[in-house]
Amino acid sequence: MKKKLVSILLCTAMVATLAVGCGSGNDSGSDSNTDSGSSTAASDDAGDDDADSGSEGGGSGTYAIVTKSAGNPFNEKTADGFQEVIEAAGGTAIVKHPEAATADAQVSVIQSLISQGVDSICIAANDENALQAALEEAMDAGIKVCCEDSKTNPDSRQVFVNQAGVQEIGQALMDAVLDISGGEGQWAVLSATSQAANQNAWIDAMKEVMEGDDKYSKLELVEVAYGDDEPQKSTDQTQALLAKYPDLKVICAPTTVGINAAAKVLQDEKSSVKLTGLGLPSEMAEYIGDDDDHSCPYMYLWNPIDLGRLGAYTSMALVDGTITGAEGDTFTAGDMGDYEIVAADDGGTEMILGAPFKFDASNIDEWKDVY
Amino acid sequence: MKENKSILKKITDSREASLFIVLIVLCVVISLRSPSFMTLKSISDMLKNNAVIMIMTLGMLGVLLIGGIDISIASTLAFSGMSVGMLMKYSVVQNTFLLFLIAIGIGALCGLLVGLIISKGKVLPIIATMGFMYIYRGLAYIIANSQWASAENLGTFKDFALGSVLGMNNVIIVMIICYIIFFIVMKWTKIGRMVYAVGSNREAAQISGINTSNVELMVYTVMGTLAGLCGALAVSIYSSAQPNMLYGREMDVIAACVIGGVSMTGGRGSVAGALLGSLILAIIAKALPLVGIEAIAQNTVKGVIILVVIVLNVITQRMMDKNNLKGREM
Repeated sequence: MKKKLVSILLCTAMVATLAVGCGSGNDSGSDSNTDSGSSTAASDDAGDDDADSGSEGGGSGTYAIVTKSAGNPFNEKTADGFQEVIEAAGGTAIVKHPEAATADAQVSVIQSLISQGVDSICIAANDENALQAALEEAMDAGIKVCCEDSKTNPDSRQVFVNQAGVQEIGQALMDAVLDISGGEGQWAVLSATSQAANQNAWIDAMKEVMEGDDKYSKLELVEVAYGDDEPQKSTDQTQALLAKYPDLKVICAPTTVGINAAAKVLQDEKSSVKLTGLGLPSEMAEYIGDDDDHSCPYMYLWNPIDLGRLGAYTSMALVDGTITGAEGDTFTAGDMGDYEIVAADDGGTEMILGAPFKFDASNIDEWKDVY
Repeated sequence: MKENKSILKKITDSREASLFIVLIVLCVVISLRSPSFMTLKSISDMLKNNAVIMIMTLGMLGVLLIGGIDISIASTLAFSGMSVGMLMKYSVVQNTFLLFLIAIGIGALCGLLVGLIISKGKVLPIIATMGFMYIYRGLAYIIANSQWASAENLGTFKDFALGSVLGMNNVIIVMIICYIIFFIVMKWTKIGRMVYAVGSNREAAQISGINTSNVELMVYTVMGTLAGLCGALAVSIYSSAQPNMLYGREMDVIAACVIGGVSMTGGRGSVAGALLGSLILAIIAKALPLVGIEAIAQNTVKGVIILVVIVLNVITQRMMDKNNLKGREM
């Protein structure tokens, strides 16, 4: 009796899993066909382009970009920027969205690109190490490999197009604090976790900037609070900052969850404390504005379109031999200006997109639908 | 002398009373270090920010009372919250009341499924709910489809958590209503007594004519229903719906119950205990950043406070049992 029950249960579980699996597969499939019109268009293009590149040979070059997954608005914008630059230069752009945001899905995409014989692959890695075998195979086949958005380990790439220069972010945020506070007063940082490497690097960069120039001398950093990227804890921390420091003028939250939670607290309480930091335009649209009804005058994040465009220029420079991805190489990225390849923290090389992009009342309406 | 003894006896007679004393001591210590803690606004902020955990503690009380456990609740919450967020984002449903009903319905269905597997399929609760933890969280990601609903999309829905009746925030009112209903049901109704009966001695309950598997099914369904309600509440409170909402927070809910003196093996625990337990957790969360403890040390301090409270609680329980035995000997 018991055995029977167990076997029935196991069967049910298996069927249920299958049903769930199928459901999800169908969902994502149908969604990427319906919702994200551009992604289907892009993959249709890719199909046509395969035939083209086969007949034309390497005349104008075939450049591929592999995003993290389908249906992510940030990735789509990056791919758009990439495509625009490549096509303007007369090349052929292949945009590939893996089925899922996993390294596995990217590996099979990379392998199909290798067999298509593309000239370069620009990839936003879903895993730092798992793509190494596939990408090394690509490089052995003469394909140039660069990363954008999130990097692979140094062995799997030639250069990384870094959207977030630590120094640039520290400078931009510090200037925002100086501007919003009116030049003096108390300010605090609301970070993610105390171990988050990027957060700590940005906070340290801000401190360095603050100590490096006299104009920041009247600013007092009273506390670095950690909200652990949880709305509830970030809310607690923001409320605690308000209670502890009645003279607080500015909170700077360089994390998307933290800035969102803090913006909500400040705006609901109609607090005089203002907010800046790094946040997603779509999440923050409600809170950005110059008047007293909005808690955040302006904030920063990187521009995904420019990221894609720089990825395209880098791919082309790698393919035509202008750069090899070695430290000290320089090249001109069209109207974006000159870029220099520098050493990255992980032992590889990178180039930095530039100062982060500013979102304020004048452009938030246009960006909130983008990502 | 005699009076003193009776007061002492009263305190040691009830775990809730000892918890209440811990609560007051905590509050006094905190307000000494940070005077702004004991203001009406600060307390209201605290209740609102912890309402979700406090409401789910009630459901967990029922589950723990029959000797079960449910670790899928945070995932159920994310699934129902994400569904509500997506319905708002794509303007399918805009009515706040209807959205709450949908969230509660999703939660109830999720809970029912968990309950069926556990009560009719006789699967261990921790195993079954672990499976559902992944399934529901996965479903939340699937319906989110790498989108999220933010303040802008949530229109009037987010106003619910801002509104108030008679000076009391809507969210806190919902929580109080839940607590009142549970208090009455658990204390004075047949259903409530049945839950206790199943938890204290399942065989005895069965022999006395209680359908134990139906009681089991019921508590998990109620748990799911509350988690569904909390999904909608969380979206309204933080005006943001993301598939990783409250990731890992089911442990806080279980901790709140345990602090409140609910036994993990079933049969023991009360609504008052659940309230006090979740209040103590809420106060700790609110106070740690206020009193100026180094950020890195906050989690350690939180753990120490929880352990101290539980040890105190266990000691009280022992004294209670001893006193009861003494009474019998005499």
